[in-house]
Amino acid sequence: MADASKNPYLGLSGADIFDQALREEGVEVMFGYPGGAVLPIFDRLYDSPIRFILTRHEQGAAHMADGYARATGRCGVVLATSGPGACNLVTGLATACMDSIPVVAFTGQVRSFLIGNDAFQEADVTGVTRPITKHNVLVKDVRDLARTMHEAFHIARTGRPGPVVVDIAVDATMAKLEEDVSQEMDLPGYKPCLTGNPRQIRLAAEAINAAERPVLYVGGGVILSNAVTELRALIAKTRIPVTTTLLGLGAVDEDDELSLRMLGMHGSAAANYAVQDSDCLIAVGARFEDRVTCNVATFAPKARVIHIDIDPTSIGKNVEVDIPVVGDARDILAKLLEHAQPKDRSPWLAKIADWKKRFPFVYEATGRIRPQEVIERIGRMTDHNAIIATGVGQHQMWTAQFYRFRRPRQIITSGGLGTMGFGLPAAIGAKVACPDQTVIDIDGDGSFSMTMVELITAVQNDIAVKVVVLNNGYLGMVRQWQEMFYRRRYSSVTHPCPGFAGVAQAFGAVGMTITDRAELDDALAALLKAEGPAVLDVQVEPEENVYPMVPVGKSLHEMNLGRVV
Amino acid sequence: MAVLTESRAAVIQRHVIFALVQNKPGVLAHVAGMFAARGFNIDSLVVGRTESPDLSRMTIVVTADDRVLDQVRKQLAKIIEVVKVKDFMGLDYVERDLMLIRVNAPPAKRGEVTELVNLFRGRVVDVAPSSLLVELTGTEAKLESFIDLARPYGLVELARTGVIAVPRGKQKD
Ligand SMILES: Cc1ncc(C[n+]2csc(CCOP(=O)(O)OP(=O)(O)O)c2C)c(N)n1
Ligand SMILES: [Mg+2]
Repeated sequence: MADASKNPYLGLSGADIFDQALREEGVEVMFGYPGGAVLPIFDRLYDSPIRFILTRHEQGAAHMADGYARATGRCGVVLATSGPGACNLVTGLATACMDSIPVVAFTGQVRSFLIGNDAFQEADVTGVTRPITKHNVLVKDVRDLARTMHEAFHIARTGRPGPVVVDIAVDATMAKLEEDVSQEMDLPGYKPCLTGNPRQIRLAAEAINAAERPVLYVGGGVILSNAVTELRALIAKTRIPVTTTLLGLGAVDEDDELSLRMLGMHGSAAANYAVQDSDCLIAVGARFEDRVTCNVATFAPKARVIHIDIDPTSIGKNVEVDIPVVGDARDILAKLLEHAQPKDRSPWLAKIADWKKRFPFVYEATGRIRPQEVIERIGRMTDHNAIIATGVGQHQMWTAQFYRFRRPRQIITSGGLGTMGFGLPAAIGAKVACPDQTVIDIDGDGSFSMTMVELITAVQNDIAVKVVVLNNGYLGMVRQWQEMFYRRRYSSVTHPCPGFAGVAQAFGAVGMTITDRAELDDALAALLKAEGPAVLDVQVEPEENVYPMVPVGKSLHEMNLGRVV
Repeated sequence: MAVLTESRAAVIQRHVIFALVQNKPGVLAHVAGMFAARGFNIDSLVVGRTESPDLSRMTIVVTADDRVLDQVRKQLAKIIEVVKVKDFMGLDYVERDLMLIRVNAPPAKRGEVTELVNLFRGRVVDVAPSSLLVELTGTEAKLESFIDLARPYGLVELARTGVIAVPRGKQKD
């Protein structure tokens, strides 16, 4: 008889091992949906201290795990059954993968001897999810279960984080572990590079110290690596102005005088002008994606480029880099802080202050309620400190422009994949993770419609998320493009919705609707005060557009500022 | 700052890349899927066992410019089951491709074809009334030139393993 003190799983069933391994990973909550191939696991969960949040759709579960992870930095965990259950996770996995979010998804698989036979509810889950996960693996044997689960968590949260799928044949969850197999991780090919090369860091520091017009370009990687303290210290010491991507929002306090706000297609004029004029662009945890660069050939034309990223494939993928530094942003920024020197760059800072003054984000607060003013009010009423989730579209860009984020992990939004329907379930996940914080989903009528069924999940589980639907009756972002580039031929973008307040009430949540500016403050106050989940449907100006906007193919500095003062 | 495609692009070269991978199900699909998803073209890909039962060896031939090659190497290394990646470009290495090729050789031509086979140090491994099956190993280039010379006789069937390669000894790893 083997020694159980050496192998804690000896004698346990696969389902027991599943529960125990999760608890060893510190998992407190899981999101998901049951089915035939995960029945043994659900039977075990009946007695487990792990909280299980039953959703209405597996996509919702995946986004909830994602929102949970974004709000905390911990792994979000999903459980779904084989075939249809697993396939419903696909959008959520791809969303997490594009934004490097640590999620571990467990899916049931048909009995191992049936795999490949088109058995009932069989899908080739590792095949389907391979390109949209950081890693995936099929477990057919109970002997591999615990080790594979621990490897999955390790891979999901280290290096450049990302989703990992563990597909488990149902018979492996029923079988008992009788053999004392090794529990050592077996990942000889997985060695994320964590510390930056000292020579590259010194070169980067020299370039920064020599620069007259440096700009920091900060992405979600800084938040993922918990490098915000180091980043802010570097900014304080060097007084280098900083712009962020959508996912980098909150890495700096947007009210800081050195904050240029967001850059890119709908970024601030100050950020875009500064990048185009910069002589040294310091990219940290960002990947020069096309919504940021717009026209990559003319992006930052005068700058030497320093690129700090943990993923070597990000470096040199879109733009040529002068000084690459591969490693964890936190480690590298801490070392850069030692070498980078303060320097008087008053002319550059004066130029930036001038751009900021001349080209703030603006809108006209006349006529019908403008979506931007709603977001501004939410910002003020929550002291710019709430966790804000969004859908995808105009409302998402306005949220980025008008909320004014202060701290990391505050904005929860699908950047890379741009997944409509992300907002509500992600907000639910964030609220589960941070029950003491105000969590608001600022959503579009189209996006909200896609996953609003999860409001039932919020009601059923007492998760007090707030939703503000900026209801323009349109798939607004698509409508804007049709207005600007397709001669106003509005093709399938009109989107009459049911009264969302009535829907919310039918689901058991608080529901309110307003159309008038005079009602706005009271309605928002009531929303924030409501005990449980609550929805405020704000009927806004239908044809408001997002500005500034860099038209497709143009350079950052050629942005259309809109009908600005 | 310059765009990659315009600055460094041009020089397209043939690279032999070696990848040591964990011997697990799905690894080949993962590697092949990555190549397809990222739009990299492969000339050949060979997988085989190695001295260790836990590891397989892939030899991949890619013809591309530096930028693509850089991505190929990095994207390969990023795959969790890929343990090691090496580009043999600039190294002294031995590469071999194995070919089985059936060439038309009616009795009147059999002598000529056999001579050609001998010149290439090939072996006739099967004789049929009007054709010969020839086994030939060598670099891709050598096999190509044999094919060119044998073509006029008529090629009946051809199978190649694709390139495998190993660096010569006494080099820094
Ligand atoms: C799942 C999905 N389908 C389609 C799109 C394309 N798309 C981007 S924005 C948008 C319209 C969004 O409408 P709404 O949620 O009402 O937001 P608005 O732009 O009106 O603020 C669409 C259809 C997408 N991003 N995601
Ligand atoms: Mg809309």
